[in-house]
Amino acid sequence: MSPAKAPRTISRKGKVSRIARAKQRKKPSAKPSVGGEADFLARAWTMEVEAAERYAMLADAMHEHNNLGVAELFRKLARIEQLHADRILEENLSKHAPALPPGGFRWDGGEGPETADPGELHYRMQPYHALQIALTSEKRAQKFFADLARNAAQATVRKAAQEMAEDEAEHVRLIEEWLKRTPPPERDWERDPDPPAQSD
Amino acid sequence: MEPRVTTAVASAPVTAQAFKSDTKPIWCPGCGDYSVLSSISKALAMLGLRPENVAVVSGIGCSSRIPAYTTCYGLHGVHGRALAAATGLKTARPDLTVLVAGGDGDGYSIGGNHFLHACRRNVDLTYIVMDNHVYGMTKGQPSPTTEPDWDSKLSPGGTGLRTFHPLVIALAAGANFIARAFSGDPNGTADILADAIRTPGFSFVEVLSPCVTFRPEQREWKKQVRPAPVATTDDPARAARRIITDDGFNIGVLYKGNRKPYRASVDRATKPLTDLESDFVI
Repeated sequence: MSPAKAPRTISRKGKVSRIARAKQRKKPSAKPSVGGEADFLARAWTMEVEAAERYAMLADAMHEHNNLGVAELFRKLARIEQLHADRILEENLSKHAPALPPGGFRWDGGEGPETADPGELHYRMQPYHALQIALTSEKRAQKFFADLARNAAQATVRKAAQEMAEDEAEHVRLIEEWLKRTPPPERDWERDPDPPAQSD
Repeated sequence: MEPRVTTAVASAPVTAQAFKSDTKPIWCPGCGDYSVLSSISKALAMLGLRPENVAVVSGIGCSSRIPAYTTCYGLHGVHGRALAAATGLKTARPDLTVLVAGGDGDGYSIGGNHFLHACRRNVDLTYIVMDNHVYGMTKGQPSPTTEPDWDSKLSPGGTGLRTFHPLVIALAAGANFIARAFSGDPNGTADILADAIRTPGFSFVEVLSPCVTFRPEQREWKKQVRPAPVATTDDPARAARRIITDDGFNIGVLYKGNRKPYRASVDRATKPLTDLESDFVI
């Protein structure tokens, strides 16, 4: 691979690029479609579970490529999302997961609002980048609930969505704090002294 | 060939996650194939299938590792020969849902001839090609779908060769279902795959799946893909015009025909093995 030629969604300075920002603007749609309160809570729970499963997958991918620091961070994010899912179950649903449509929910704009994009990964990425991905996901989730809090047909859904939006806003704040404590990526973080495209 | 999940209650619906095995993919971080695996899992769950009723057959290459990452029956076979093996499997076991998966090198070059004849025979298979326009596993050689001017260490100045057009060729050869999907839209891809599996006959789904290691510029595909601006057609001539003139980034089901799928003769399929062997006794 030629790092100099690689179009980056994560810049050398660790800033989210134009592509990622455009995506952030695109998802979720302005008026997410949700039925009644039970549907809303099932979606909220599913959103957290899907986010946890995705982070676990990203952790596995980084572990396979010996980027253990980032793998552990994704693993931690997966645990956090699973805790959120468990909390939604305990507080709002029951001890049992809700019945979902086969293949899961259909989300406006693609995957669940909190699900990280696996296409954003790079095998030499650093914890700072992983946190940027998490921040983007949390902001999408926060926007999803905020939109619902404004637009949902039922008052009970609007109220629940407002609470979730506040929770997600808190998560955004926590990740931003976490980012402040995390060293920014090194200047040549992408540079691989033994690049995979080297011909033998 | 044993399916790895058999503990679920027979009548309980299977979740998408249950179609993923405990074997961790070794694809590069950022590879589109992760999302294709998710899409396949979702499609199978959407259709209410169970791992023990599905077989995933592949050849060789990065994407061809996919059977191991599912809990279905799997065959990780010979380079370019996935369609041949799958044809035999489906003919012998028409009760199974048979998916065939691989990459553009495996499917269009090494297995190019099998691709043509699988389309022509129209056996009830779903062929998923994760197309990244490069041989990734062998470190970045140009494949049949690589652009002629792609400059790399292994192809200085580009190959100068005209690219293979798999959708046009599939249509000309008789595939009954032709679609293009994008790995960056896993739910949209799942919908297309479910449609492909439901449609009888040979269904061909090309999934644009970026190789972020050898073709990092393919990260830009997410900005280039778009839903096909036309409805699905069952008219081959109309489909041909659309497919041959598009720029390779129109996503959707581009052709869905009505050809009757090939099925083996019941008489032959039920003939005892001893009878078959008797013809070969010297």
